[in-house]
Amino acid sequence: MKIAFTAKGTNWDSSMDPRFGRTEYILVYDVEKDEFESFDNRDIENEAHGAGPKTSQKLFELGPEVLITGNGPGGNAATVLGKAGIEIYIGAGNSTVKQAYEAYKNNQLTKF
Amino acid sequence: MKEIVIISGKGGTGKTSVTASFGFLGGQDVVVADCDVDAADMHLLMKPDFAQSEDFYSGVLAEINPEKCIQCGLCAEKCRFDAIPVINKQHVVKKLDCEGCGYCAKICPVEAITMPEQNVGDWYISTTKVDNTMVHAKLGIGAENSGKLVAKVKNEAKAIAEKQQKKFTVIDGSPGVGCPVVSSLSGADFTVIVTEPSVSGFHDLKRVYELVKKFKISAGCIINKYDINQEITDKIMNFLRDEKIEHIASLPYDENFTRAMTLGKTIVEFDEGELKEKMVNSWTKVKQLVNHEK
Amino acid sequence: MRIAIASGKGGTGKTTLSANLAAFLSKTEPVVLADLDVEEPNSGLFIKGKLENEEVKYKMIPEWNEETCTLCGECQKNCNFNAVIQLGPQILVFPELCHSCYACSELCPTDSLPMVSQRMGELKHYSGNNIAFIESHLDVGQEQAVPLIGQTIQYIEEKFDDKALKIYDSPPGTSCPVIEATKDADFIILVTEPTPFGLHDLKIAVETVKELHKSFAVVINRYGLGDEKVLDYCNENDIPIIAKIPNLRQIAEIYSRGELIFEQVPEFRDELLKISDYIKKEMD
Repeated sequence: MKIAFTAKGTNWDSSMDPRFGRTEYILVYDVEKDEFESFDNRDIENEAHGAGPKTSQKLFELGPEVLITGNGPGGNAATVLGKAGIEIYIGAGNSTVKQAYEAYKNNQLTKF
Repeated sequence: MKEIVIISGKGGTGKTSVTASFGFLGGQDVVVADCDVDAADMHLLMKPDFAQSEDFYSGVLAEINPEKCIQCGLCAEKCRFDAIPVINKQHVVKKLDCEGCGYCAKICPVEAITMPEQNVGDWYISTTKVDNTMVHAKLGIGAENSGKLVAKVKNEAKAIAEKQQKKFTVIDGSPGVGCPVVSSLSGADFTVIVTEPSVSGFHDLKRVYELVKKFKISAGCIINKYDINQEITDKIMNFLRDEKIEHIASLPYDENFTRAMTLGKTIVEFDEGELKEKMVNSWTKVKQLVNHEK
Repeated sequence: MRIAIASGKGGTGKTTLSANLAAFLSKTEPVVLADLDVEEPNSGLFIKGKLENEEVKYKMIPEWNEETCTLCGECQKNCNFNAVIQLGPQILVFPELCHSCYACSELCPTDSLPMVSQRMGELKHYSGNNIAFIESHLDVGQEQAVPLIGQTIQYIEEKFDDKALKIYDSPPGTSCPVIEATKDADFIILVTEPTPFGLHDLKIAVETVKELHKSFAVVINRYGLGDEKVLDYCNENDIPIIAKIPNLRQIAEIYSRGELIFEQVPEFRDELLKISDYIKKEMD
């Protein structure tokens, strides 16, 4: 199973990025392999419009089943993620990636 | 570090004046940001020094290279926005009408059309008259205000607040209910909605609250000029109760609001009475609410 | 004659002026008032009338034809607004981001994105005594104001002849929607207030109007408040000030109830007369 995080860095101690569409990095953690893959999304800053759909598409390519984030995706991104069948958990915007993962495992996050 | 965004729905309710007072009272605890980039006015009260400035690029517009152009007219034919008239026998792009879709550039048989990124404004990092940091911007005329410049200003403010270890960012949000407001609200810990007791003010309060609800952001409300119409003020109070929005304060109609602005001062610097007291209490209450929200 | 009423800053009294001016002028001649602030139309709060006509307004967006599509991904490349995204075996279209440029549709090698109409809002046409009131409202969730503003203006131009006096209440600010609302006007009235915010935003509005090469004049609202800098600025730049509406608390109270002001406040009525005279001069 792969779990994605919106983050400001590329490892367990990095802060979570509360935003989705304009998140700085997407981290994908492969649970079985215990491996991290990261995608630098910072170019999204240059997009005037449609950041949500564009980032969603990137996420889809990375193939996670679950996304953990802060505030949740906006309307357009939510549509894409819905169609892609990715489960979204919110409420982890103000912690580290590690803490967010622990919260998810302990059922402390809200399902979007 | 907590992010406090002040919005209004309708223009002219006093949003910017309230934000400036909070920025003044917050002093060394805050970083201030002016995300009302279409009509950025907060600098008139905070007196920033514009120390650092950067160009801001957003969106593209078509440009025809007259030397390559063979005047075939295909671009004008395909353009859905009537943005390519013929002037002095040359095909020229009218910038104010061009939407930046790039269709013309894609189909030009001689590749005479480019889509350069537009410098639509500037953003600044300043120190204000109360020695705190302010991030602000100015958008050029006719520029489309996407969420992008708002996002830029907010992120810079947030990064600076975290680096300087400040407790809060106080953000003057965009008016209305469109993209810039969404961008203003995204990532906020608390929002203060400034409204006025008029039919249109109440109507716009409800509309902007729909957005706040969608983002699940804790909200408080300041009713400005409440004594202009007690009946509508009462209706607003009922609405706040029903929606569980904190009522932060009701400010009386007081010309000191404007007199202060005219002298380039925030309300709390100028007024000596009820208005100042209520603003000071409001800031205290907002800090309490934002520190207690989950 | 088309008169646009605009302002850089929100909350200066644009809609108050448009509604009252239209109602005042309609006492002596037929007037058409259009509320082009399609995100938040408010002038209908002041003008009552009988509903003459209601029209749904549509914008054109691409619709994906799964059967003929080869998933080449050209459409995504051709869209500058990220409104068309390829997600594995699907093409998703985001109507709110679409600017209706037709590029994806017309450049699709298999014609798999035909343009179809999608509802974006509604136009309502009311008629009162000697006054026609047109109001357009964007559906919630629709972000593109420009197409609806354009179609509303088109409706008015088709329904009412050139001789009618048309007042366009424009959206606030100086970006695309305002340009769309004012670019075909014969004359623009900028409403401001005599405060630092008012002056700052008036200058931006003046810059915008000059880009459009339109003749314009200023109305100062809440005159008596603030300072004289707006007055000085207009005088220094040869910008005619055609009215100064006094700063009266009574006006704010009447406005808050959604009532017309000139019927209750003689000073306000006097200023409307000045505007009316100026417009008549411009018409000749």
